[in-house]
Amino acid sequence: MALMKILIAFIIVWPLAGFLFNGLGRNYWSKKVIAYKATGYIMASFIASIFAFLYVQDHGAVSVHYFDFINTDTVKIPFDFKVDALSSLFLLVITGVGSLIHLYSTAYMKEELAPHYARYFSYLNLFIFSMLILVLGDNYVVMFIGWEGVGLCSYLLIGYWFTNGQYNYAAKKAFIMNRIGDLGFLLAIFWLIVRLGTVNYSEVFTAASLAKLSASDITGITLLLFVGAMGKSAQIPLFTWLPDAMAGPTPVSALIHAATMVTAGIYMITRSNLLFSHSAFTQNIIAIIGISTALLAATIAIKQNDIKKVLAYSTVSQLGYMFLGLGVGAYSGAVFHVITHAFFKALLFLGAGSVIHAMHHEQDIRKMGGLKSKLPITHITFLIGCIAIAGLPPFSGFFSKDEILAAAFAKSPIYWVLGLLGAAMTAFYMFRLYATTFLGKFRGTTDQENHLHESPAAMTMPLILLAIASAIAGAIGIPEIMGGQHWLSHQLVPIVGMPVELGLSPFVEWTLMSVSVSIALIALLMAISIYTKKTDQEPTTAMGKFFYNKWHIDELYNATIVQPLNNFAGFLKNVIEKQVIDGAVNGTGKLVQYSARKVRLIQNGQVGYYILFMVFGIILLFILWFNDLAIVRFFYQMTKFN
Amino acid sequence: MSIQYYIYFCLALFSIGVVGVLTRRNAIIVFMCIELMLNAVNLLLVAFSKMYYAMGIKGGVVSNAGIDAQIFVFFIMVVAAAEVSIGLAIIVMMYRNTHSIDINFLNRLKN
Repeated sequence: MALMKILIAFIIVWPLAGFLFNGLGRNYWSKKVIAYKATGYIMASFIASIFAFLYVQDHGAVSVHYFDFINTDTVKIPFDFKVDALSSLFLLVITGVGSLIHLYSTAYMKEELAPHYARYFSYLNLFIFSMLILVLGDNYVVMFIGWEGVGLCSYLLIGYWFTNGQYNYAAKKAFIMNRIGDLGFLLAIFWLIVRLGTVNYSEVFTAASLAKLSASDITGITLLLFVGAMGKSAQIPLFTWLPDAMAGPTPVSALIHAATMVTAGIYMITRSNLLFSHSAFTQNIIAIIGISTALLAATIAIKQNDIKKVLAYSTVSQLGYMFLGLGVGAYSGAVFHVITHAFFKALLFLGAGSVIHAMHHEQDIRKMGGLKSKLPITHITFLIGCIAIAGLPPFSGFFSKDEILAAAFAKSPIYWVLGLLGAAMTAFYMFRLYATTFLGKFRGTTDQENHLHESPAAMTMPLILLAIASAIAGAIGIPEIMGGQHWLSHQLVPIVGMPVELGLSPFVEWTLMSVSVSIALIALLMAISIYTKKTDQEPTTAMGKFFYNKWHIDELYNATIVQPLNNFAGFLKNVIEKQVIDGAVNGTGKLVQYSARKVRLIQNGQVGYYILFMVFGIILLFILWFNDLAIVRFFYQMTKFN
Repeated sequence: MSIQYYIYFCLALFSIGVVGVLTRRNAIIVFMCIELMLNAVNLLLVAFSKMYYAMGIKGGVVSNAGIDAQIFVFFIMVVAAAEVSIGLAIIVMMYRNTHSIDINFLNRLKN
């Protein structure tokens, strides 16, 4: 146990050390030192995570206590970490993908000045640190610390190029939208504390605790937790920040806004699956919101022309799938999709980064094309990522997506049909992106064409490793009808219980799979045949415009929430602040000045007047006295006490 | 004789003093009016004391309250005499400075 305590501390101390060294020493170290440090620390953390993972495989879950974070009579919140089947998997994904992306960043951010380079890596290390706390925490409060930490790092990294006002705006948008979700999470934690007096997983997820919660408590808590997940994982209605978050450097988009942070909501719900399983209402809401997000984001992705925007909406859409999985009770399917998605989406983003790098920061796919021969490694790895996300066997996306779709079918065929529609759109927009970027003729300027180059090894190596992972990661969850063991769902039994028997015959399962694969294949071929020759110009149809303009959701939010809030704030500033409050303060001063100007005249130096007023005063006092007024009695009492 | 007569008389004296102070401009007359008010009060004190003593005799209780007040009044008159000398000295100084004893010229402290 003591050994585990050190090992787990080891996992999180490295990124923290990297953050402190790079953050504090940003003006002293050369870029080489910074890059080695930052990447090396995350790799050290990755190695420690492997040991932790192996330990859990052999000895089962382990929970270590460090200190009491909050300790009062009524509630005790220890600072505990827990490594179990779920968190050890997340540890591997976070540190593994994280170290690849750090390695990639060392080359991608080469043009930055050393202090900014160090700032970038210190934020990135801090992000890994926060994310590790999020998944390691043994209670909701520790998870919340990490939860806030990743939100902060996301903000810092989106606004990394802080001289651009637009980017700052995107960063603020992400932060504020996350705050809305965080509030829900926080309220859920408070609710748990009020009802149970504890937030420890080991105490909350027990039959005794569940017996203490009424049905409405569970529904309320799970809905609030889901609001938290909505913000972090970009679901309707809080998803609009994620596409804007593409303002950050591309590796950041890959790490934070595709592979790790946005899956925190799925982690949290999987962690709390016992609560969610007891509220059918919340589960239905999650499934409905998940599938709606998946479809909405997919329709938008079809019409976008910015390479990163397509991937961003694709991420939102895939997250929607994961929530669909959670909503229909396929927790291991959702976690499976998190893992495979982390690989292929990180791969796609890094591939996009490589393209952007080669194109000198051009992100519009209409100006690309024909990059296949110029960027061979990027092209192959990107293609593997596209196939994986489109869900063609034997690449990883196929297994995870089909597990979710099968569970959705068992719950309600409507979910399955909608999911299938989304899968078709996914294949379509991914291969539209692929064909427009890599096939056909080059459409950029000749200057750009002459400078096209494959990225350095520090960038292509992560691509190759992630491509291999995207291709074979499906092996951890091969369904039983294909003769596999589904290692992952057995792995997660301690967390989510035995996988629910879907009650589908092998024939139905095979049919579902072949239908989804053939539909994806048709969409894929359609996209390739259309977009090899031409690119999308400005959309002309009403529907095309609607999707191109992202369903006008940003405008809707602006009109319904942002503008009224701005107006209200303006009202507070111009009327309440400037007139009422300032008016009261200045008015007091003005009143004193005015009355002083008038009363001053009484002091005219004429002794006669003074005496006259004195006499008036005495007479007044007598009148008051004999009328026995309260104020006189009051002063009379005062004189008596003295 | 009823106490009311003393009270009315003293009130009249006092009011004359007040009005004199308020209306007259000659410092000496103002000063005399102040003395008038003072003596009105003195007289009232003696009168009250005397009447209280008389009430005590009527009720069969012997009191020496009347004598106390008369002694007080002597003290007050002594203090008043001292005060008058200071006051007159001030008026003399005022005359030396302003060649007038009109109190309306005493507004030099203004502004």
